[in-house]
Amino acid sequence: MGVGIEVHGLNAWYGKNLALNSIDMSVPANHVTAVIGPSGCGKSTFVRCLNRMHETIPEAYAEGSVKVGEMDVYGSGSDPVEVRRRIGMVFQKPNPFPTMSIYGNVAAGLKLNGFRNRKQMDELVERSLRLAALWDEVKDNLHKKSGASLSGGQQQRLCIARALAVEPEVLLMDEPASALDPISTSKIEELIFQLKQHYTVVIVTHNMQQAARVAELTGFFLMGSLIEYDKTEKIFTTPADKRTEDYVTGRFG
Amino acid sequence: MDQGATAFAILAAILVLVPLLAIFAYLVIKGIGSVNLAFLTQTPKPPGEAGGGMANAIVGTGLILAIASVFGVPLGIGSGIYLAEYGRNRFGDFIRFTADVLNGVPSIVIGIAVYSLIVVRQKHFSAFSGGVALGIMMIPTIARATEEMLLMVPNVVREAAYGLGIPKWRTTLSISLRTASAGVITGCMLAFARVAGETAPLLFTAFGNQFWNLKLNQPTAALSLQVFTYAISPYDEWHKQAWAGALILIVMIVGAVAAVRLTTRGSLKGA
Ligand SMILES: Nc1ncnc2c1ncn2[C@@H]1O[C@H](COP(=O)(O)OP(=O)(O)O)[C@@H](O)[C@H]1O
Ligand SMILES: [Mg+2]
Repeated sequence: MGVGIEVHGLNAWYGKNLALNSIDMSVPANHVTAVIGPSGCGKSTFVRCLNRMHETIPEAYAEGSVKVGEMDVYGSGSDPVEVRRRIGMVFQKPNPFPTMSIYGNVAAGLKLNGFRNRKQMDELVERSLRLAALWDEVKDNLHKKSGASLSGGQQQRLCIARALAVEPEVLLMDEPASALDPISTSKIEELIFQLKQHYTVVIVTHNMQQAARVAELTGFFLMGSLIEYDKTEKIFTTPADKRTEDYVTGRFG
Repeated sequence: MDQGATAFAILAAILVLVPLLAIFAYLVIKGIGSVNLAFLTQTPKPPGEAGGGMANAIVGTGLILAIASVFGVPLGIGSGIYLAEYGRNRFGDFIRFTADVLNGVPSIVIGIAVYSLIVVRQKHFSAFSGGVALGIMMIPTIARATEEMLLMVPNVVREAAYGLGIPKWRTTLSISLRTASAGVITGCMLAFARVAGETAPLLFTAFGNQFWNLKLNQPTAALSLQVFTYAISPYDEWHKQAWAGALILIVMIVGAVAAVRLTTRGSLKGA
């Protein structure tokens, strides 16, 4: 089951540049929440702060409070590696491990975290590939084909399966369909809709129709600040802030 | 224009093959006559006596190269990992510079250094010291090849691993190094092939031996040393055996490189 996310006073820097300015946001469990805004407004930085991926960039750091369920992500005893294991991430460009088979890709997170039970691993791999709606397309070539030999859309679903295999509580997706064709995109969107039964999903998108189709809640970011955060319908029909309205009606961005 | 360039590239490729094939053909012509069962199974006969072989030198070369690889491959790959994953700083630049300088140090100087550091202390020549000398020579080539290959691994691949909660050290060893493995192995083979025929660093370390020796702390025969000794000797019989020794050495190097290539070739389709 998914868990909720509570963000308070989150600031993020790249060296001396402030990229996120005092973000407060409350993401409910087992919902899909979209993050929208013009390019460079801090969407990626925001989701990367939620699982402490932000600090893997040299000189990048964040401060503030992020609670994911019971876990205090920036608490003093918190281990970034453990945080990332419990909060899965899917990136903009499909990034399968190029030298690994399809099975190897999905099992990588388990294997490299010391998971040894072969039978249970087979089950988790199958379950994850089914959840990612990829099982039927790859089940005959699990060990024979490399992850890199799949089509772009299949690769992205493979990356989703890989993230799900370690059984995270939250799934972060940073523009997961922006590099894909329309058919693959609609497959991924359908999938996101299914995933919220089991997970809390936060999805970054610059495609407003996509946000409207998949997300119950939407946050609008502008220049590092969260301008407005509400039910998706409200954001797209009767936003409270003029800047949100300008953006969703296409007047800028 | 395009056709001209293509023709030139093909011509250049063929011209590269010429010296290689010429050397190999010459070695075969000169050496094959002396390669026989005795040559491969016996130790040298005293000067002037016919027959005998280089079996002890063949095994000695294998032994010294094994020591060199056990020593040079992990240190080379390890420092390459440091340079690529942690070395974007002053200390990294210093190591990089040192590796490039080490690469340019004449091999006989490395032999002398190992002589004074190991042989003098242990008070005898040894296979071990010869292996260390060759191993040191392997390190810079392997380190720089490993660094370059790791830098070619896209950062999104590392991010994928971090995102799964895989620690950095694990990501480096099991993801990045694995992704770069084909290039790293090529670097190791280059370094191996380069030192396999070295003579100068073995002169004061492994030293050479007319008899069998498998002990790491005793003087040991090596093909390159044996070829050198025989080639400058006044005996016709030894000259012929020197050619045969050189031929065997080349075959051993090519064989080792081919064996590693075959066993490490990926088995995945579309990888
Ligand atoms: N690796 C980085 N180094 C320095 N600045 C960065 C880096 N990544 C992003 N930024 C800056 O942070 C701000 C937010 O970027 P980002 O979160 O990627 O925006 P978005 O995902 O909304 O397009 C931008 O001004 C961008 O220039
Ligand atoms: Mg982005």
